[in-house]
Amino acid sequence: MAVARRRFLTYLVAAPTLTVAAQLVMDAVAPATASAVIPTAPAIADLVDLGDILILAGLPTSDMLVLAVGEDGTATLGLPREEVGQGLTTAIAMLVAEELDLPLTDVRIELDDARPELLFDQLTGSSNSIRSLYDPVRRAAAAARVRLVAAAAARWGLAAGKLTTGNGSVVAPDGRTASYGSLSVAAADASLTGLTVTLKAESQHTLVGTPTSRIDARKIVTGRQEYTLDLDIPGAKPCMVRRPPTVNGTVKSVANEAAIRAMPGVLDVVVIPTGVAVVAETFGQALAGKDALEVAWGPGTIDGLSDDGIRTKLKAAAPSFSFLALTKHIDAEFDFAFVSHAPLETNSAVADVRSDHATIWSGLKSPIVAQQTIAAELGLPEDKVTVHVVQAGGSFGRRLFFDAALEAAQVSKASGRPIRLMWSRIDDMRHGRMRPATHHKLRATYALGQVLTFEHRVAAVETDFRHGLGEILTAMAAKLPTGLGNETIAQTLFLTTVKSPYNFGVTTQTLTEVPLTMHTGSWRSVYSANARGAEEILVDELATAFGKDPLSFRRTFLKSDAQRAVLDKAAAAGNWGRTMPPGHAQGIAFHEEYKSRTACLVEIDATDPKAPRVTKAVVAVDVGRPINPRGLEAQMLGGLTDAISTTLRAGLHIDKGLPLEGSYSQFHYARQKNSPTDVQVIVLPPAADAEPGGAGELGVPAAVGAIANAYARATGTHPRTFPINFDVDFTPFPR
Amino acid sequence: MPSHTFSVNGKSVTVDAPSDLPLLWVLRDLLGIRGPKYGCGIDVCKACTSHLDGAAINPCVVPVSEAAGHEITTIEGLANGDTLHPVQEAWLDVDVPQCGYCQPGQIMAAAALLKTTSTPTDADIDAIANVCRCGTYVRIREAIKAAAEKMA
Ligand code: FES
Ligand code: FES
Repeated sequence: MAVARRRFLTYLVAAPTLTVAAQLVMDAVAPATASAVIPTAPAIADLVDLGDILILAGLPTSDMLVLAVGEDGTATLGLPREEVGQGLTTAIAMLVAEELDLPLTDVRIELDDARPELLFDQLTGSSNSIRSLYDPVRRAAAAARVRLVAAAAARWGLAAGKLTTGNGSVVAPDGRTASYGSLSVAAADASLTGLTVTLKAESQHTLVGTPTSRIDARKIVTGRQEYTLDLDIPGAKPCMVRRPPTVNGTVKSVANEAAIRAMPGVLDVVVIPTGVAVVAETFGQALAGKDALEVAWGPGTIDGLSDDGIRTKLKAAAPSFSFLALTKHIDAEFDFAFVSHAPLETNSAVADVRSDHATIWSGLKSPIVAQQTIAAELGLPEDKVTVHVVQAGGSFGRRLFFDAALEAAQVSKASGRPIRLMWSRIDDMRHGRMRPATHHKLRATYALGQVLTFEHRVAAVETDFRHGLGEILTAMAAKLPTGLGNETIAQTLFLTTVKSPYNFGVTTQTLTEVPLTMHTGSWRSVYSANARGAEEILVDELATAFGKDPLSFRRTFLKSDAQRAVLDKAAAAGNWGRTMPPGHAQGIAFHEEYKSRTACLVEIDATDPKAPRVTKAVVAVDVGRPINPRGLEAQMLGGLTDAISTTLRAGLHIDKGLPLEGSYSQFHYARQKNSPTDVQVIVLPPAADAEPGGAGELGVPAAVGAIANAYARATGTHPRTFPINFDVDFTPFPR
Repeated sequence: MPSHTFSVNGKSVTVDAPSDLPLLWVLRDLLGIRGPKYGCGIDVCKACTSHLDGAAINPCVVPVSEAAGHEITTIEGLANGDTLHPVQEAWLDVDVPQCGYCQPGQIMAAAALLKTTSTPTDADIDAIANVCRCGTYVRIREAIKAAAEKMA
């Protein structure tokens, strides 16, 4: 479904210089409908996807975006989202600059604090930010522009229709110019009324759609980009937490508190629900203190459990197929390990808790829920807790949770001083969030050159969605298509994100969750990396069964020409089918989600099957309307690297209640030496009238499929467990 | 507490700190120089990469006492005033960063490599072990090659 056409209201905000706000109001929600192969009925995710739901959920909130034009001629937009490297601030700044006719360097994007009045519209996830903000951001900027023009018209006594804008100024027919800065006070005059706000036609865009570098790149390369723990919060002291030997273990007692307090630089020792916090003058001293602590621990929540036991539970949970294997069929089962989010900036937060108010700084994708939870924890009214959203060093879903912020608040309250709290890397991997392990049962039946049925049973360790997304889905339940409203949160998420792009007859994809009390969370592309990755492997095996080439098989069974166009691009640019030396092979796969589609072709060198390297990749991507092709390319590179890592080597082993991995030397996320030297990303041009689709998570699933398929062909094997090479090739850190 | 005198980004500094305190925390917590990042603390991720007398080091495992008498350069000191180092320029041209958190370390590692190896091969670049969790490796490789050409 396309979220139906929207109409907008914009407001003038009372302020000394021009400030406008754009509100979104929805007219109607009308699902649109979406066949020599046995057509597959549209999946729920074809009709309404998770991004659509989030857009709907965000609609009723007023004054969503505030844009101000200052006397210095710059425009500043408050962004109710988080920047974690996905390039959102740059793309949004481009939209403002385009619509305002202002140089990009004169646009500032500021991350909004938690704004509870936004209810559901301050959650960064589900590849939803550009999709939900594309119209309102342009609307806000257009509203500002029309007021600036009106102010210039009044100043010059000319009709507004005679004036144009360019390069941050209003221009009169005789060549006179007035800079936006010089007009920003006059344009704030409420008596300028009766103005019609019209958006620039997309065909007139000169900046949007052109490759543009990040607005913060210079800050980053000079070391001036500030992350949470780079902020100078007066008096804030470093703090680290000693954590239990098993997930969710509890503190029973601390044996040597006095000795720790006597260590150099140590200022305080505080027991919090998740462990024992040491506050010190430097992080080095806090770390030394935490390591020297002697703590008696209570049991955790999965103490007896290891990978084998979890896999047995998952296998048992996956329901049996509904179609008997009466015709020819292929069955396959796949297992995917737990995977750490492992953002390079570990979990961190600064908190300053006073008796009657508190201030929090952290990289947060769900700041409203963080604010509510922390306020409740501290016993303060919500409006006494200010939550600043700080640009963060990666997320991949991790920063939907706010555990470090909660801990920092607890320690600050107990210790009576501002606290800078940082997780160690070991803790970040062992006690942080992870993508749940999954088990997949697939069956495809076929006859007479047709796929008759395609069944996919996913069993997954329960994903924790208690960061606001669950509440959004519950609140939106009544507006969802038939039946969806009654599903559990996880089912709704699964059904609104996972869909097969192929005409494979009767297609069913189901999710069964195994509840385990451990720290899970959605990881870039949520269920799709594993679910769609596994399906793309089965597609290759079906092609073999049909005696067809994987490319032409996909071309036959994909549902639309738009899908085939993307696949063809990747195949052509990647020279699909070229002869490869022994031990080397190509692989190809396709994926579609959130109104976007991509195909990935890789070449792999698996002459040593224990040390394969993806040597080349071609990614074609169609997001409907790319805002910043350079940023989009970066997102696809990120998705590719995630897929190389998690398909070939990176995962977590759970051993008696705790992940064994505690470092990048153990959790084998790809390094430069594992990365292809030859990569091409092809961004398809915008389709007429297309709106932007999702992009942040799109790159992973197709790349997972392509890499696994290439490995299978190169080695003559059928990979079924991922990552493929997953030995415990290290000595785990002590618990 | 022992005091340690060394130079950081061209300025002489003296700090009082336990001799075994890792240089990373002296820089970040005592001197407020926060370009070098913590990513592991055990010489694995390389996010903290800086230079000691021009060669790459990982201050998370270098005790402050070992810095005494030496010249430390962090990402903040790589440019010459407003004139960026060619590696930084190349990073901008290629638009390498995503989240940016690993990039100070990546840039310092690349700059150190180019000092000793003016035309690095793919194998030389592969030997840079700095983790980029955002997966910017392809652009890092491109930028290092571009910087090498610029500096030739
Ligand atoms: S923090 Fe120094 S190598 Fe990771
Ligand atoms: S840019 Fe995010 S870790 Fe490298």
